Amino acid sequence: MILVQVAVGGLLLGAVYALFASGLTLIWGMMNFINFAHGEFVMLGMYVALVITWIHGGPEAFVPVATAALFLLGVGVYFGLIKHVTRGPMLAQILSTFGLALLLRYSAFAYFKPDFRTLPESWLSGTLNVGGIYLQNSKLVAGFVALLLTIGMHVLLTRTALGSRLLAVSEDRNAAMLMGIRPDRMQALAWGLSAASAGIAGALLAIGFPFSPEVGATFALTAFVVVAFGGFGSVPGAALAGLIIGLVDQISAYKLGPIYKDVVVYGLFVAILWVRPQGLFGKV
Amino acid sequence: MRLAWGPIALWAALLLFPLLVTVSDSAAYLQDVGTTLILAAIGASAWNIVGGYAGQVSVGHAIFFGAGAYVPLLVYELWELPPLLGLPFAMIIAVLFAVAIGLPSFRLTGHYFSMATIAVAELVRIVVSNWPLLGEAIGIQGPATPRGWWDLIFRSSVPYYYIYLAVLAGVLALTYAMERSRFGYYLRAIRAGERAARSLGVPVLRTKLMAFMLSAALTAVAGALYSFKFGFVNPESGIGILVSVQMIIIAALGGAGTLYGPLIGALLLIPLQSATNTLWGGGGSGLTFIVYGGIIVLLARFEPGGLIELWRRVGAAAFARPKRGAADAS
Repeated sequence: MILVQVAVGGLLLGAVYALFASGLTLIWGMMNFINFAHGEFVMLGMYVALVITWIHGGPEAFVPVATAALFLLGVGVYFGLIKHVTRGPMLAQILSTFGLALLLRYSAFAYFKPDFRTLPESWLSGTLNVGGIYLQNSKLVAGFVALLLTIGMHVLLTRTALGSRLLAVSEDRNAAMLMGIRPDRMQALAWGLSAASAGIAGALLAIGFPFSPEVGATFALTAFVVVAFGGFGSVPGAALAGLIIGLVDQISAYKLGPIYKDVVVYGLFVAILWVRPQGLFGKV
Repeated sequence: MRLAWGPIALWAALLLFPLLVTVSDSAAYLQDVGTTLILAAIGASAWNIVGGYAGQVSVGHAIFFGAGAYVPLLVYELWELPPLLGLPFAMIIAVLFAVAIGLPSFRLTGHYFSMATIAVAELVRIVVSNWPLLGEAIGIQGPATPRGWWDLIFRSSVPYYYIYLAVLAGVLALTYAMERSRFGYYLRAIRAGERAARSLGVPVLRTKLMAFMLSAALTAVAGALYSFKFGFVNPESGIGILVSVQMIIIAALGGAGTLYGPLIGALLLIPLQSATNTLWGGGGSGLTFIVYGGIIVLLARFEPGGLIELWRRVGAAAFARPKRGAADAS
């Protein structure tokens, strides 16, 4: 029974992984660009939640505020930095977001202090008993909201005119431009959506987990593993891989101890790298 | 033949530096900063071979530095052998890691390689931090007192300074020879455009892998030199993310893919770092990272070629203007 509980917890966590990893894979699919600061966007989402509780806001405000704040940050990062390095050498592309990650992580370190934080009690505290399985409300809500938003992202990309325009730019930037689509705007939008997905995931995770400014590094690596597993550029791939990684993560933490869960997950990354570098659904 | 006065003056200054500072009150401190500077330049020059010349940005060079720092001390801990004997094993382990990471990830794009290096570095860091043989989070120590010259333990940092300087000269001589060899041209062709290089018959995968292996082996030397001087290593100083970040930022600041770029980067960054450490104390490490992050972002955005590139564009143009005729004639 306890294993079932761990597995359900893993799937719920996996849904949140799926959400922020789909943001990372969106940028990869559109621009062949890895955002090394993606984990820091997740971390900032967590601190958005913290700041909301400082001004006595409840968890219902987390998702909208984190969406707005991180969307603006993503668009700002695109126009201020990314736009100027995409045509540059590989070194500039990688250093740009890598430097941004350090800058964001240690700015948070300086401002919020390195201590671990937990959010105060709210209406989401407490646990639910479903047929003998105990689930924390916070993780249940986080998992379901994340799952809905990941599906929403997929629908947005595949079923709407806006999604078609985004995909057109990722297929062929010049052809899209000839069709009257402005690639710059679409890419800025993708960065906004990507950062927002990370921020929402962070705000959702903050409800149930303690966090510090340094958690971003772990989330970035988790997102890399999920994206590599699901296949670069594939949102459904990231969603499925996210659920699997969440499951692997929680079961190995339960069976082997919390220190070794990262070893298992990163080890899985190395294995994917060797055996199937294109991932489950990806193309190289 | 035209003598390159710049490098001659640079090397003369580096050779004389420990002697010149003896007149100052804080000679020992300045000599220590100089030693740190040369070691940082060795690490960055080693990174430069794969990160600069080949254009494959490794964010996991801490693995190789860590192998270099841990293995010599482990050799002492297990068998009481001089740490120096661990150096060849450290280099072999570093090269094996390079093959294990490079072989699969070099087939994919450059971003994938960076991601793979960062993930493997984190994996290795967690394993080392929990491995009793390697002292877990506390780390391991070398001999406390010298049993002979071969333990390479000196009270002053001056002997280390000259050992490091000799190694730096060796690394740069190797890089210089590489620049002018067929291998060096292959590397530059790959950096300029992998597909084009392949179409011209450059063995892309093999060349990138060889550059990575060479870079890993030299980085392990830097790690070993670190452990000889400090006689102690822990996960943070041996395989922490800062170790990789420092190599990248120094090489990129001076000019990645140039012979003297890493040395120039170290000449700027290490004194700056020592000054901020004195100013802010140990608690300032977070601030140091903010400065690092800021420098990296600004470099990527405005001057990815580093200071050498900036000098070539701005400085050299200003100097060249008066004797334009002479420049045309040469």
